[in-house]
Amino acid sequence: MAETKASAERPLSPHLFIYKPMLTMMMSIAHRVTGAALYFGTLLVAWWLIAAASSPKAYAGIGSFMNSFFGRLVLFGYTWALMHHMLGGIRHLIWDTGHGFGPHEREWLAVASLVGSISLTIIIWIVGYLFIGGPR
Amino acid sequence: MAFGDMSTPLKHVCGLGSARSGTAHFWRQRLTAIANVPLTIAFVLIVVALLGRNHAAVVQILGSPLIAVIMLLFIVSVTTHMRIGMQVIIEDYVHDEARKFILLIANTFFAVAVGLACAFAILMLSFKV
Repeated sequence: MAETKASAERPLSPHLFIYKPMLTMMMSIAHRVTGAALYFGTLLVAWWLIAAASSPKAYAGIGSFMNSFFGRLVLFGYTWALMHHMLGGIRHLIWDTGHGFGPHEREWLAVASLVGSISLTIIIWIVGYLFIGGPR
Repeated sequence: MAFGDMSTPLKHVCGLGSARSGTAHFWRQRLTAIANVPLTIAFVLIVVALLGRNHAAVVQILGSPLIAVIMLLFIVSVTTHMRIGMQVIIEDYVHDEARKFILLIANTFFAVAVGLACAFAILMLSFKV
């Protein structure tokens, strides 16, 4: 076996901070970040379901957290992450079929999923607020 | 079949490479991704529909058969998907073998625990009414 030195100076492959930031690259990072955020966001889903299954008091507990400013902020972030990761996932599924790699398609897909995730989040929250004040 | 290749066609049929697991994770991640799209839409609709309702109404709706089955499917698909996703993140960034080993175990424990907790709560809501 040839002698190798661990400290041998070899060129590194260009990584994240060497490239000029591009939309498709930022969307790739956003997909991973939202995925990781949703991973821990499932704790909220678990909390919600366990509280509902436990008692009215426990359910009121998560209700008061979600009604607080911090709770709303977390829930808003969760909504956007969920929508963004879902649309980003659809983008990946389109790529899996071999389509959407052209210079125009990939930019269009990136913009569409970003605009789509923000729009869907706002629509969900508008409908959500209508429901809170509406039917019981 | 090349000379000296002792492998049988079974290996190719099973899709197992030298890592002995083949493309199972790759495929499962896409399968759950496809399932997650309609299930996530349904989940969001269910949550929005339950906003502002009192506990008794929430229990009744979450425990109804159709909603409970959709929620169970959502939980199973999402926790499977997130376990594979987090495993990829860990394998990408953690190169210390011991730390990676511990994190991969913790990842599985977390995904299974969260999934089981959610599923148990849904079943409780379904059967206690």
